[in-house]
Amino acid sequence: MSGTTSAKGRLALLGWAFVFIFASVATIVLFCLQVTVASLLWLGLAVPVFIALTGAVRGFANWHRGWAGRVLGEPIPQPYLTAAATGESQARRLRNRAGDPATWRDLAWLFVSMTLGLTIFCVVVAFFGSLLLYFFYPLLWAVTPGTFDQMFGVINVHSLPASFIGFGPAAVAFGLWWWLTPVLMRGYARVSRSLLAPTERSLLKQRVEQLSESRADTVDTQAAELRRIERDLHDGAQARLVSLGMSLGLADEIVGRDPAAAKELLAEARASTSLALSELRDLVRGIHPPVLADRGLDGAIRALALACPLPIDVEIDIPGRLPAPVESAGYFAVAESITNVIKHAGASKAWVQLRYADGKLSMLVSDDGRGGADAGHGTGLRGIERRLAAFDGTLMVTSPPGGPTVLIMELPCELLSPKISPSSGTA
Amino acid sequence: MRVVIAEDLALLRDGLIRILEAHDCEVLEAVDNGPSLVRALVTHKPDVAVVDVRLPPSFTDEGLRAAIEARQQVPGLPVLVLSQYVEQLYARELLSDNAGGVGYLLKDRVSNVAQFIDAVTRVAAGGTAMDPDVISQLLSSRARDEPVQALTAREREVLSLMAEGRTNAAIAGRMFITEKAVSKHTNNIFAKLGLPPSEDDNRRVLAVLTYLKA
Repeated sequence: MSGTTSAKGRLALLGWAFVFIFASVATIVLFCLQVTVASLLWLGLAVPVFIALTGAVRGFANWHRGWAGRVLGEPIPQPYLTAAATGESQARRLRNRAGDPATWRDLAWLFVSMTLGLTIFCVVVAFFGSLLLYFFYPLLWAVTPGTFDQMFGVINVHSLPASFIGFGPAAVAFGLWWWLTPVLMRGYARVSRSLLAPTERSLLKQRVEQLSESRADTVDTQAAELRRIERDLHDGAQARLVSLGMSLGLADEIVGRDPAAAKELLAEARASTSLALSELRDLVRGIHPPVLADRGLDGAIRALALACPLPIDVEIDIPGRLPAPVESAGYFAVAESITNVIKHAGASKAWVQLRYADGKLSMLVSDDGRGGADAGHGTGLRGIERRLAAFDGTLMVTSPPGGPTVLIMELPCELLSPKISPSSGTA
Repeated sequence: MRVVIAEDLALLRDGLIRILEAHDCEVLEAVDNGPSLVRALVTHKPDVAVVDVRLPPSFTDEGLRAAIEARQQVPGLPVLVLSQYVEQLYARELLSDNAGGVGYLLKDRVSNVAQFIDAVTRVAAGGTAMDPDVISQLLSSRARDEPVQALTAREREVLSLMAEGRTNAAIAGRMFITEKAVSKHTNNIFAKLGLPPSEDDNRRVLAVLTYLKA
């Protein structure tokens, strides 16, 4: 509906004007209630009403955001700050709502909509009404004799041919309607947008909110990760080295007296080093897989797929290396997804696709398993989401019961260097 | 045996030299980075090279790349690659020229000196020495395939030992069975996997590895 408006588009706008005239009743009621309740906020009783009312206003405003966005050809995002959780106290929720400038901008919009807006709707509908009236004037004159004898109170209409004079005003009304409908309705949409769209300030506020949340998540995840590493080292490699030292000490002590027993202890010590090393290897893989450092995301994902007990089709189209933190986040996101597939999906095959385009790394992991994965509940999916959020990345899950499950992950990032093809053979 | 060593950590390099020299090996040169490894391999053409995967200057898979590059210049040059971790991807790249004389072992296997020397000797003779970890990964990724499922537990054990590069005699010794029993198992395995039978140990190993990594 943007740019030039077709006849169909004009009729649609007319229809909306008609609908909005009736919706204006709601506009007026909401405005009056909101003003009244807001002025009674010092009464504790009004607080829950105020909260409920802002909820209703937001729903109503969102409906208009959708409409104005379609008319202007560009969606209007919601400006609201994250709502306080339902479990929060009334005071906090009140502060959240009343402290959000968008609440008061909505109120201003209600006022504009019920005054300027309503006028515009009426004008649009009235032009079309007159068009109809004068176009069908001859018919009206013929069907209801005596009622339509005078046009504009000055022109007498005595005969059927004379009643065709009505086509003149009909043409004028049509012209005005044709010209003004898009102008007025789009004007109204623009005015609405100026009040309903997020301001620079609220956009920044939303961004800050989002960043503090993802930062807190990242810090938490990292702290947990460090604790896990510390525990693994303490219970694993460190303990093994201690036992190794003991075996060696013991062997040292008895080697003269009982060489056979000393030999046994040495064998034990060697086994202990092997175990310690294998534990360290697992730990290192969990921190930063060596193959990721060697070959980047491309090679690491291929290596991951090779080591996986499930057949995995890998398709990678990344024309270079990505920043190390992004590679790491991407790698672990895919690894976690594959672990989920193996653990929960009961799949016989999986697909991994990585692509870099338009400043974004897109990663797709799908399987032919039983589906039913839920981003809200699976801690695995939540973990992936957190990992990606640190980079403004996103996770989308579609997993209908019965499958298939498709995970689409996106990470905005920059390409570091064009690819230098590896000198080695097939991968 | 004439050996070239590539290892950047002095401690481990000295250890390797000590072990190899104690077992009748002559260490021609011990280098600590990728470019000099290629040069050393191409000039000395040693009986076997013992190479660490991670080497300067890039500290990534420099050693592996150098080994593959040297094998392109000197086909079949025996190379035993050591690493702190094993990747199937790297095993595939090493085996991709199908020329044999390739080893890929975890570094800590060196602590079992007798087996390590055995692996070095095997590789020098044009055989293979694959780490049990690589083989178990390969086997687990093929575990769902029908031919592999048709194998008995015993045959699967023989298959993994064979894939590691061991001769029938060595497998017999490991499994406490006669060499004849081993060759019966091998024949069954080759029949079940649909591989052409062969009397040559090395060729058999390569056939099995090719099958597993397909």
